[in-house]
Amino acid sequence: MSVTRDPSIVEATLREVSVAGHRGPRLQPLDVPAQGAAALLPRVALRATAPALPEVSEPSVVRHFVNLSTLNHHIDKALYPLGSCTMKYNPKLNDEMARLPGFAGIHPFQPEETVPGALAVIGELHEWLRTIMGMPGITTQPVAGAQCELTAILMARAYHTDHGDPREEVIVPDSAHGTNPSTVAQVGYKVVTVPSGPDGLVDMEALKKAISSKTAAMMLTNPNTLGIFEREVGTIARWIHEAGALLYLDGANLNAMVGLASPGAMGFDFAHINLHKTFSTPHGGGGPGGGVLCVRPDLEPYLPSPVLVSDGPGYRWDHDRPRSIGRVHSYYGNFGILVRALAYMRSLGASGVAEVSRESILNANYLKARLRDAYAPSHEGYCMHEFVLSANRQKARGVKALDVAKRLLDFGFHAPTTYFPLIVDEALMIEPTETETKASLDAFADVMLEIDRESIESPDVVRGAPTKTPVRRLDEARAARNLVLSWQDLEAGHGGA
Amino acid sequence: MSFVGRSDAERKAMLDRIGARSLEDLWGAIPKEFRVPGALALPAPLAEYENAKRFEAEAARNADAGRYACFLGAGIYDHFIPSAVRAITSRSEYATAYTPYQPEVAQGTLQVIFEYQSMIRELTGMEVANASMYDAGTAAAEAVHLAVGAKGRRRVVVSAGLHPHHRQVLATYASAGGLEIVEVPLAGGRTDPAAAKAATNAETAAFLWAQPNFEGVVEDGEALTAIAHGAGAYSVAVGDPVALSVLTPPGAQGADIVVGEGQPLGVSMSYGGPLVGFFAIRKSDVRRLPGRLSGVTVDLDGRRGFVLTLQTREQHIRRERATSNICTNQGLMALANTIHLALLGAEGMRDVATQCLERAHYLAERAARVPGVSLPHAAPFFREFVLRLPGPASSFVTHALGSSLLAGVPLSRFDRSRPNDLLVAVTEKRTREEMDRYAATLAAWVKSRAAAPAEEAACP
Amino acid sequence: MNVPKDLRYTKEHEWVRTKGGEVEVGITEYAQGELGDVIFVDLPAPGTQLAAMKAFGSIDAVKTVSDLFAPVAGEVVAVNEALKDNPALVNTSPYEQGWMVRIRAANPADVNGLLSADDYEKLLGAHA
Repeated sequence: MSVTRDPSIVEATLREVSVAGHRGPRLQPLDVPAQGAAALLPRVALRATAPALPEVSEPSVVRHFVNLSTLNHHIDKALYPLGSCTMKYNPKLNDEMARLPGFAGIHPFQPEETVPGALAVIGELHEWLRTIMGMPGITTQPVAGAQCELTAILMARAYHTDHGDPREEVIVPDSAHGTNPSTVAQVGYKVVTVPSGPDGLVDMEALKKAISSKTAAMMLTNPNTLGIFEREVGTIARWIHEAGALLYLDGANLNAMVGLASPGAMGFDFAHINLHKTFSTPHGGGGPGGGVLCVRPDLEPYLPSPVLVSDGPGYRWDHDRPRSIGRVHSYYGNFGILVRALAYMRSLGASGVAEVSRESILNANYLKARLRDAYAPSHEGYCMHEFVLSANRQKARGVKALDVAKRLLDFGFHAPTTYFPLIVDEALMIEPTETETKASLDAFADVMLEIDRESIESPDVVRGAPTKTPVRRLDEARAARNLVLSWQDLEAGHGGA
Repeated sequence: MSFVGRSDAERKAMLDRIGARSLEDLWGAIPKEFRVPGALALPAPLAEYENAKRFEAEAARNADAGRYACFLGAGIYDHFIPSAVRAITSRSEYATAYTPYQPEVAQGTLQVIFEYQSMIRELTGMEVANASMYDAGTAAAEAVHLAVGAKGRRRVVVSAGLHPHHRQVLATYASAGGLEIVEVPLAGGRTDPAAAKAATNAETAAFLWAQPNFEGVVEDGEALTAIAHGAGAYSVAVGDPVALSVLTPPGAQGADIVVGEGQPLGVSMSYGGPLVGFFAIRKSDVRRLPGRLSGVTVDLDGRRGFVLTLQTREQHIRRERATSNICTNQGLMALANTIHLALLGAEGMRDVATQCLERAHYLAERAARVPGVSLPHAAPFFREFVLRLPGPASSFVTHALGSSLLAGVPLSRFDRSRPNDLLVAVTEKRTREEMDRYAATLAAWVKSRAAAPAEEAACP
Repeated sequence: MNVPKDLRYTKEHEWVRTKGGEVEVGITEYAQGELGDVIFVDLPAPGTQLAAMKAFGSIDAVKTVSDLFAPVAGEVVAVNEALKDNPALVNTSPYEQGWMVRIRAANPADVNGLLSADDYEKLLGAHA
């Protein structure tokens, strides 16, 4: 595949294929009198040497990136059951709409009257999301779930400060994503961890003890990372509110609730949405995502500035927000992602929105039913849109969750999320999403059962997996001990740090 | 239409296998009072064709840079994007993959990040770059967080030459940490060195400056870094990647952290997002680095491969003690940057930068010839400059729409005491014809104002 | 599992070796095995005062990070500089070359309150 003949290299780097004198696309000729950089800028301001960027022709660049692309697993190829990541199919229309010149070619500082179509798209998206969440206040300025968390906890601090006491603590269940405690720490609050009970739900007695007048907020993922609905959420909301604190919904698992249940009715004061999960914008190899933060009415003044407000038949940005926490993004958030999300929602309509959650729950329960005899579920009973299995039985045979995950790659599937949530030993967290057909789920289940048989009959095969991928298991300790983080490090032949 | 492939027979077979009587049984754990009664009050589904028509109509209502010559900048620029950038970033293999958690089936994404890190290193003159941040504003905020952690000091000095919105994001992020933020004014368009020196003291963790700065002026990075280092503080530069193709990189001037906005490298303006922030540091700070990092290793057969490395810095492992709460990078945008830089190479990037420089000076000179119009700053500038008009800049911007020009960013947006100042950016895409039209439109506007000065009141 | 008899231990899987008025501290063979490949050890500067059973440093493995707790109160007098370039010593030689810090104990008798090798082996038995 690669132009290199070195068998130890899968695809050469751009630096390695660079040939002095090769060039890509050229610019239109300069049609104004040339004065030269040296005449326009002081000499000390100019680089002594050009950056050592590769010299590669367009065909070689395209081959390089196409060859690299073939090394990736992706949702358009096969099932991608990463728990809590909601790897669903991304309709192609979404991308096409975001690329329309009238959206891709507009500048954030154009006069508002020159972008009414963009404001209308954002405004309509807000209306859909308000209805789905049952919450009136909204911002789409944050660009990721983690940034929504930061925004909300900053808002909670501002709210409490306005009420005379910023408070000190934020409660986080032990099953929470790592972003929750790290956000809390970044805002300067203390993390108070509450354990999960044997049923996988928040331990209500421990929670009661954890709540006090110091509590600023609680962050709750619902359904939680075990794929179980926190059915005591009404009581949790009441206790949190009685203490004068605020309840935050980490919307990582919203795919289980859209059109079925209302976060607003559950008593959440904040709720975030990952547009790249629930509303099907592509994950982009790790981003861009899109964040939405919905809030109850009296928290609206604290939303990041500016806020989109309806103004007669159209919309405008309201910058006059004296109690706002300020900006969290340089402009208006990830507009291109907002277009994609609205395209998706308009395709679904009211009926489709609910079907998403119904079928995602059906798919998860079906897969759980097919796998439960071979792999121990973390909890009995129906799950929501995802579930967690433990590879404990397999571990007793010398095959760990990691090995199961790696063996799945040999069969052309992506692995589930492994070793999370932290409260389940040898965790395999599986979220099939609604866009998988029964045939696809069956194929995945068959392979999982096959791997279970292998763990008995030929555990070495599983432990040695993968063998059919572009590379086999990689030495992560070596990468971390001997940091080689750039071409420059690679050429220097030693580690960077 | 829900993109679900499911027949009633399949649904029944699946429920049978589960042992449930109905779909509703599956979500019995949701208390009735929280359920949505019936269907949500949302519109009916649209067929793909109807949906596209509606978006096309909405997009057509916007004055885009394809139909208007765009002279807006202020952090987001209308640069040429080669077709190959879009062709490759549209590929499912990149667009529909996620964070490379399983490196054996994510070598494409991981090698791209590695190559991206390498190129950012070249542009910034630094030793380590990460896999990218959300945008320049959040990257600047994270740089402050790093410097505060490294120095154990709580004062941050910021040049007024930083983008006002970057300063605002930084203030938001810093508000919880109780940091003291001190702003240093510009003098003649450049960061005032005397004020910077006075503000940067032994309590200062970082001094932030921009290259070129918000008003387009090229700063003396070496002098500003010396001020920071004189107080034992970090010198943090917010750099423009096109400018850094020809300007001395802040890393070579001694900066400790260099961040910036990658949008000018193959990413469309898209009303300001998605963007991509770059983040580069010295090796000695690698364990304080926020975000993801791709590194080289070998597989069991000795083949070279790439993995996410130093993951214990990150939130999914270190939780409340992570270097940042960031979970993702801006993978697809970083990919666009990487392809863009690969296509243009050093020579192409120098051409882009030089053309911006030449064209911007051409327009500045033409515009300043219009009676009553001046260039308030004498300092050298790169691709962007401030024009001082004889009337409200916003009024000229409205007027120029009639000549199919997006004329610039009125600085009154950020500073009400500057109603007549207009920030104008010129990229390599702006032709002589467009710039001559700009100058003629400006002259006509000035003339029309002289004839009917009452117009001013209509456009405050 | 190697548990040298001449050392004292903590429940946090650290070992303590008395050397005159000073104590040397590291992590046990069991602990390094649980962590996996150690990639970085974050240690305090000499001169730092440590409080008993408070975290004073951390060990990073590839995908986990673990706190180090001071077995006794005292002042750090030396850290193992070799771990900077070769953190793998913690894996390959946990009781010798992989030592981490030397502490001048505020009260040397505190060491006697730590677990004996037999007690620690019992603790490990409970883990297995």
